[in-house]
Amino acid sequence: MSTETFFTQAFVYLAAAVVAVPIAKRIGLGSVLGYLLAGIVIGPFVLGFVGAEGEDVMHFAEFGVVMMLFVIGLELEPSLLWRLRAPILGLGGLQVGITTALTTGICLALGIAWQPALAIGMVVALSSTAIVLQTLAEKGLLRTTGGQSAFSVLLFQDVAVIPMLALMPLLATHSMEVGDSEYHAAETWIATLPGWARTLAVLGAVFAIVVAGRYLLRPVFRAVAQVQMREVFTAAALLLVIGIALLMEQVGLSPALGTFLAGVVLANSEYRHELEADIEPFKGLLLGLFFISVGASIDFGLIGADPGLIITLTFSMIALKLAVLLALARGFRLPLDQALLFAFALPQVGEFSFVLLSFARQQGVLEATFTDPLVAAVALSMAVTPMLLVFNERVLQPRFGTKRAEEREPDMIEERNPVIIAGFGSFGSTIGRLLRSQGIGTTVLDHDSEQVELLRRMGLEVYYGDATRVDMLEIAGVHEAKLLVLALDDPDTTLKIAKTARKHWPHLRIYARGFEWRDSYALYQAGVDEVYREALDTSLRVATDLMRELGVRAYHAERAAQKFLRHDHRFLRELAEVQDQGRETYISEARERIEWLESLLRADNTDEYLERDAGWDPTTLREEFSESPPDTSGEADVERSVEV
Amino acid sequence: MPRVLILFAHPSLEHSRVHRRLLREIPDDPKLTLHDLYEAYPRLDIDVEREQELLLTHDVIAFQHPFFWYSTPPILKQWQDLVLEHGWAYGSDGNALQGKDFISIISAGGGEAAYCSAGYNRFTVRQLLAPVEQTAQLCGMHFLPPFVVFGTHRLDGQAIDTEARRYRHLLEALLAGEPDPTERERLATAITINGFVNRLAGSPT
Repeated sequence: MSTETFFTQAFVYLAAAVVAVPIAKRIGLGSVLGYLLAGIVIGPFVLGFVGAEGEDVMHFAEFGVVMMLFVIGLELEPSLLWRLRAPILGLGGLQVGITTALTTGICLALGIAWQPALAIGMVVALSSTAIVLQTLAEKGLLRTTGGQSAFSVLLFQDVAVIPMLALMPLLATHSMEVGDSEYHAAETWIATLPGWARTLAVLGAVFAIVVAGRYLLRPVFRAVAQVQMREVFTAAALLLVIGIALLMEQVGLSPALGTFLAGVVLANSEYRHELEADIEPFKGLLLGLFFISVGASIDFGLIGADPGLIITLTFSMIALKLAVLLALARGFRLPLDQALLFAFALPQVGEFSFVLLSFARQQGVLEATFTDPLVAAVALSMAVTPMLLVFNERVLQPRFGTKRAEEREPDMIEERNPVIIAGFGSFGSTIGRLLRSQGIGTTVLDHDSEQVELLRRMGLEVYYGDATRVDMLEIAGVHEAKLLVLALDDPDTTLKIAKTARKHWPHLRIYARGFEWRDSYALYQAGVDEVYREALDTSLRVATDLMRELGVRAYHAERAAQKFLRHDHRFLRELAEVQDQGRETYISEARERIEWLESLLRADNTDEYLERDAGWDPTTLREEFSESPPDTSGEADVERSVEV
Repeated sequence: MPRVLILFAHPSLEHSRVHRRLLREIPDDPKLTLHDLYEAYPRLDIDVEREQELLLTHDVIAFQHPFFWYSTPPILKQWQDLVLEHGWAYGSDGNALQGKDFISIISAGGGEAAYCSAGYNRFTVRQLLAPVEQTAQLCGMHFLPPFVVFGTHRLDGQAIDTEARRYRHLLEALLAGEPDPTERERLATAITINGFVNRLAGSPT
């Protein structure tokens, strides 16, 4: 492809997205449908801007799915998997099992041999992770019970593809097509192996990724992070994803599965949030491209040739899946509205089915007479999904839904903490350790990879990441967090994050480590809720100890320090206000306060000062008693039994 | 010979005339421990384990404090709340303090006559100390009537010196294992222990 055609293509795709997506969103159809429609419009059957090469673009864009699965994998900590074990294994397992069994049964009834029938069954069982997650996330439904259940089922399916692919060679009924395939996989050495060896090779590749992810990737990322250049880290992240994709293609496995696995393996590493943030924009753009190419690749020629067959095929697949999903949801006691959401989210056949279909064809399981109409039906079913969800939302939910007012289910997808701490040097780590000891969850970000490594070895959960980035904070869960603590050791960075965070999340409470007076004023003006000058408490503690050493009563010294702290902090806030009213005003205001505070603290029991501890001072009582007659005076109000 | 622990609580000793003077009279005896609570815990973060350890190694427990608002200063209340744990100081298994002596050493602004039903404080000091007496009782300690320095607002330097000597006599008596059983019998219903101390000191009331 020459540069010129590349740019022309890029222009067409981007323009289609930029025009169609906002329109679709405005009408309330969601971005996925917008992309799909854009694809249809620019595709060979409407405007014809893209045509034969749509296939290539689809190949390229599948990389969006690869990245999406990597990101999903990254979010899947083992603890989360454990918590979701019931819906994943129960709902997911039953959905895949029953749908496969029913489809296979129907195919057998139609007189198809059992091997291709089983292959078709597996193809139909899968749904589209890309479309469903994107659509649900956009509608904010991912955290509902129905959304959670859908996520769990998708997860099971994504993993189930591995054994399905491994099983495929064993189902071969006729010799393999070689050279005819559009996939490179068939040309690799692996295709020459017997079925059982191929199955072994597939399992071996999976094992290799898990081992490499566990023992090789973290030191590599640490080394890259130490360079302290963001783009190099991004490059490393992309390199990882592309590398795994290549490896997977070599052994004839789905790249998406490989990266998904790598994501899961890296989910516990300190680089998880940073990797997510780096991959995210590529993922979004490529997913959009993927949806467009799905739209463009819908073969209206084939559909037009036999519209009855394709449409029957599409809708019977959808109807079958819908029925199974609905029955399962009710069986698992989902409330009706959630059951409907769950069922209407998942009835399409997904992108992995494309992979399975072409793999089945290469392996000689299915013939083109089966796969071509199936591919068309799969694409059509994906295109119908957003409309089905809109139908559920607009027609079914108002009628059957027991719309509970914003009853939020406990967060399950990601574990979110109420406190995010940026900067985990000794300042931040003290905060984090105390909070954690009190059972308060904290998400910690630090940009010093050596520090992160050290702290993790000590058993602290710290993530490597640059908190000045909005996307990084988002991934750390700033939406769900109540408090953001800025504990970095650099005033400029602190101010930068404070401004960004205040701008994006006006309701977030921000607590910042301050440095000098000037930095602290700037932080207050940036909208930080509370500023703590880093050395203040420590220096007061030193002063307290010095006083005690010189014979001052400990409690007196302590109270003097507390009083100092209270007023000094008040001055900071007050002076932050006058700070920009000119240097002279500021200096005189500051000077006035400093003098006032010193005189206040100098106050002992000899003078009338504002905040003397008069309650403990018997002077006035002594004066009164020396004037009045003794005791039995009967004055009820002298009950202040102060003595000394 | 009994060991004596004085739990001393005064939030502003620097303002004090009486207690500062009293403390100077504390006998130099290894069996006596003065524990200055505000000095030890200026942030009121009482170390319960350490306090219980101290209680276990002494036989006579004394609270010494000004009678602010008819009660102990806050740190001493905090001390009671935290240190006298259920299952340790009281309750079916709580017998750590069983059989120890307890005494309050307090200074009051009003004169002795003010502390009676006819006086403006309307109650005797022992009546006002009822919560402390009951606390000691519940912990299985023998409650001795309080040693009280009355009328502190009107005491001049000389009078304070006299009070300080009486205080010294009290501590020496406690260190010597007094009062004896017969004396305890007599003190059971006494309002203060002052009379007993005066007899020891041989000085008039």
